[in-house]
Amino acid sequence: MTAPAPPASDASSPPDRPAVRDGTGPERVPRLWHELRAVHALVHRDLLRLAAQPVHTGLMLVQPMLYLFILGGGLAALIPNSSLGGGYQTYLFPGVLMMTVQTPAIMVGIRLITDRQSGYVRELLMAPVRRPILLLGTCAGGTLVATVQGAVLLALVGAIGLPYDPLLLLTLLVGMMLTSFTLTALALTLAVTLDRPEVFNMLLGLVMMPLLLLSGGFFPVGNLPGWAHTLAAANPLAYGVDVLRRCIAARVPDRAAPTTVEWSGWQPPVLLEGTLLLTVGILALLWAAHRFGRPE
Amino acid sequence: MQPDTADEARTRATLPPTTAASPDLEPSAVQSAYAISTRGLVKSYPGPDGATTHAVHGLDLDVHRGETFAFLGPNGAGKSTTISLLCALARPTAGQATVAGVDVIRQPDEVRRRVGMLFQQSALDSDLTAEQNLHIHARLYGLSRRHARLRATETLEKVGLADRRRSRVRTLSGGMRRRLELARGLLHAPRVLFLDEPTTGLDPHARAQIWEYLRALRDQHGNTLFVTTHYLEEAENCDRLGIIDHGRLVAEGTPLALKAAIGDDRVALRTGDDAAARHVVAGLAPEGRAITLDADGVSLRIPDGSTWIPRLCAALADQGIAVHAASATPPTLDDVFFHHTGRSINAPPSHGTPTAMVPAATPAAIEEAP
Repeated sequence: MTAPAPPASDASSPPDRPAVRDGTGPERVPRLWHELRAVHALVHRDLLRLAAQPVHTGLMLVQPMLYLFILGGGLAALIPNSSLGGGYQTYLFPGVLMMTVQTPAIMVGIRLITDRQSGYVRELLMAPVRRPILLLGTCAGGTLVATVQGAVLLALVGAIGLPYDPLLLLTLLVGMMLTSFTLTALALTLAVTLDRPEVFNMLLGLVMMPLLLLSGGFFPVGNLPGWAHTLAAANPLAYGVDVLRRCIAARVPDRAAPTTVEWSGWQPPVLLEGTLLLTVGILALLWAAHRFGRPE
Repeated sequence: MQPDTADEARTRATLPPTTAASPDLEPSAVQSAYAISTRGLVKSYPGPDGATTHAVHGLDLDVHRGETFAFLGPNGAGKSTTISLLCALARPTAGQATVAGVDVIRQPDEVRRRVGMLFQQSALDSDLTAEQNLHIHARLYGLSRRHARLRATETLEKVGLADRRRSRVRTLSGGMRRRLELARGLLHAPRVLFLDEPTTGLDPHARAQIWEYLRALRDQHGNTLFVTTHYLEEAENCDRLGIIDHGRLVAEGTPLALKAAIGDDRVALRTGDDAAARHVVAGLAPEGRAITLDADGVSLRIPDGSTWIPRLCAALADQGIAVHAASATPPTLDDVFFHHTGRSINAPPSHGTPTAMVPAATPAAIEEAP
């Protein structure tokens, strides 16, 4: 990952900042460039950790595969293909992708809390970087790791009868990146407000199951009573699943399945759903960065 | 008005080399002989029942450039808070502080760029290798990839861990981790290094090693070291030391000067009848000297203690009291500490720290939850 070229001048930095540069090295670079290096450092850390724990990474991928092949394979025999557009496994796929990116995204939140307890966050805060930048880097790292894990699952599209269409894979990848970003940002929002991992875990245990069930990833929410629709319309996971589902529908129209989100009978277009997801992610991240950036 | 400011901005923008190069001499840092200088530094927190807790309460402190300064104090005296303020991790409530020539309130980022920190409870990423930990940290400080690699190699060599560069941190011993943390603190070549209890929880050998590296830093690079410690023999070897209590500096000076200021030696006697001996000693000693009687015998503080021993022994012999042992000890740093804070540095109230610190050095405490 290479960062974009630094701006030509440092005029954007506050005027009270002296022109004095550190004597630490021969380089003299603008602040923004320094901060991009810090973001890169945090992303790099996440990738190194991913590579350092191959077993852990592998195990995180096992669960979605179990769902896809055992639950999906089992239920596929019960559910007639016609009711869901394609086969049940095709229907389940967006939900499984969601589960895949959701686990590492949540891990980012847990790790922020444990890092804070272990003192690692304090080490990060010592870096001569604005604090919100550190949270931005953490979010970028989490998003990338989640997307990488989701990308592994994309290799399975053939196994559930979808074509290895480059455009399909690309749109699914973009959809997962978007979803990963929003989920990571939400996990970080939660993490900066809680100081104990147990509370974080408890809260997730309480909230994640209903969110997943009402995301439309496992079954169409349309058959549930009205309150479930309302909940689904407020469920970020439902938007993520919808976006992924529509990526499939766009390339493989005969496998199109019903979407989940409905605003009083109206289905928002995919771009609007994606934009909403992105907006929620950005707002969550900004709030978390603000909260994280408060000086002691 | 408008065009003027725009022009000025442009001039500044187009001339980065001159503006960046000329202040390399850093007039502010050269003018000041102090690496750290604080005036009336205050940090207060809202207390439990509306009261305000002053963790640091009007601290005036000067640390010369290139010196090793020991910062002592009972637990809760404000040591860690002071360090947080000095390395711009926390904002002072009032007062001012300049560290490495930079104001901590106005330019906190610049302060952090110039100082290194070894936290009391330090943390490394135990899944990554020593080298990876350093590399990531160097990048956080804005070093280029090449420079980061170079500095990681250099600092690993400096702390004697070059052969363990590819080892996962979880496989390193407590002493090695501490050295790795030291290397991490040195990556960006800070002039001022803060060390909060750098050797607590380490075995004597590892402690000696850490101090060897610290001394080399001071001697070879002229770094200013600001150290807190519970080991008085470590403070003894520092150039100067300051004692903080209730958020204020209560004593400051070289170890020798501080001990000399107390002046009095401690004379201790063990006799056949300590209670009777106490009376005899009280009769001989100058007015107003407190004479203590405990399980170890009779003791008092008095200048030139050794000259008193023959006189005391003679007087006791006259009374028929057998003297088993007599000693006169010059004041120690512990006496200095006791004199200024009313507590011994290793007394039970401050005993909580060493025991609380031990788990930090064990792998279990540092490792993250899976």
